Amino acid sequence: MKLLKGVMMLTLGFSISSTVLADVVHVAVASNFTAAMKDIAAQFEKDSEHTVILSFGSSGKFFAQIQNGAPFEVFLSADQAKPIALEKAGFIVPNSRFTYATGTLALWSTKADFVDKNYTNLKKGNFNKLALANPKLAPYGVAAEEVLTALNLKNSTQPKWVMGENISQTYQFVATDNADLGFVALSQIMDNGIVTKGSSWIIPSELYSPIRQDAVLLKTAQNNDGAKALLKYLHSDTAQHIIYDYGYKTE
Amino acid sequence: MLTEADLAAIWLTLKLATTVTALLLVIGTPIAWWLARTRSWLKAPVGAIVALPLVLPPTVLGFYLLIAMGPNGFIGEFTQQLGLGTLPFTFSGLVVGSVFYSLPFVVQPLQNAMQAIGERPMEVAATLRAGPWDRFFTVVLPLARPGFITATILGFAHTMGEFGVVLMIGGNIPDQTRVVSVQIYDHVEALEYAQAHTLAGIMVIFSFAVLLALYGSQRKTSLWS
Repeated sequence: MKLLKGVMMLTLGFSISSTVLADVVHVAVASNFTAAMKDIAAQFEKDSEHTVILSFGSSGKFFAQIQNGAPFEVFLSADQAKPIALEKAGFIVPNSRFTYATGTLALWSTKADFVDKNYTNLKKGNFNKLALANPKLAPYGVAAEEVLTALNLKNSTQPKWVMGENISQTYQFVATDNADLGFVALSQIMDNGIVTKGSSWIIPSELYSPIRQDAVLLKTAQNNDGAKALLKYLHSDTAQHIIYDYGYKTE
Repeated sequence: MLTEADLAAIWLTLKLATTVTALLLVIGTPIAWWLARTRSWLKAPVGAIVALPLVLPPTVLGFYLLIAMGPNGFIGEFTQQLGLGTLPFTFSGLVVGSVFYSLPFVVQPLQNAMQAIGERPMEVAATLRAGPWDRFFTVVLPLARPGFITATILGFAHTMGEFGVVLMIGGNIPDQTRVVSVQIYDHVEALEYAQAHTLAGIMVIFSFAVLLALYGSQRKTSLWS
């Protein structure tokens, strides 16, 4: 028993001394960046003494929550508009905003050989439903709409659109086979640099405006070294490599 | 103040709530009657299944409905064989999902009201040579009236405010699946807070007025029987 007590005291001593240095960082992450951020956070925790707690959801919801005092220190948005709005409203540490990833759009089906470079089935209307994120809400939806406009297919496909509230839901519509085709984030269907299931067409970037995703340090994190370290870590080779492998472009 | 899309969403929601409530009264009445009278060992399991939608979070329920109604799901295969196609992203799909989701809100008040009647009035009616159907329509239905009113209110109100299930199986199609709750959510997500407030305000005032009118008309009899 004495030994056990001694060990416990020792552990307690260690944990107290390490909490002096280590911070807990609460991060609000846009749903499209879920998988990549999990990997980055795990790596960051290995490389530093800090602990990361991730929350995933839509940027619009996080925006409302942050304005109403949500306890996040870092916000990784799916777009630029919301971080800019937070910056203007004075919710972030000045000059902390930067683009951590640029999203890539893909046309995807769970069926093998259903999607090709010439988007034949999309052109011919040879599908039951076309899933896309709601352009009003999600930057990937805006991009999808731009692509359809550029290909002159917007009007012909519109009656078959089904819209997800965010890119995760859009993915779900296709993944459950309820929609034959869908515009999803490449990050959702990519693992270790390759697309893992079904067939897809990675949309050429000249067909849509860049999906810049911005990160910000929130005012609540002014004294949180962990949060600052995490944002810095997003620029590191390790993080950049992970981001790239999930199909994003980095700057 | 209200856009055309807002008005379309309001109309669609009223249509959905009315259709679902009517269907639920037709489906729920025999289920409730059976649950109220039976001595079968199946009573407990059936009652539990009816109550299950109360347990599952709506989005979870919606997710499984999306899978079940999809081309490879068991409901989807059935509807395809009937030549109806698949149900997600259609008004019919929302109706099916909502019926399932609001079932306990209709069955339970009906069951309670029917149980409260007891055996006595039925036996008396039987001695007066009323057949089973006659007894049901002339004795049970009038006596269970408060239960029917509660069931109608709850079924209607619950469908009006439904969100999670619709979000998962709807696909946000104007005039088909974009109901008021989804429209408000869209406004909030798009940071159009003023429009969200207007629409939410209208929904609350309308629902309050409907509930007030119905509860007011029920003052004489206890609503929860």
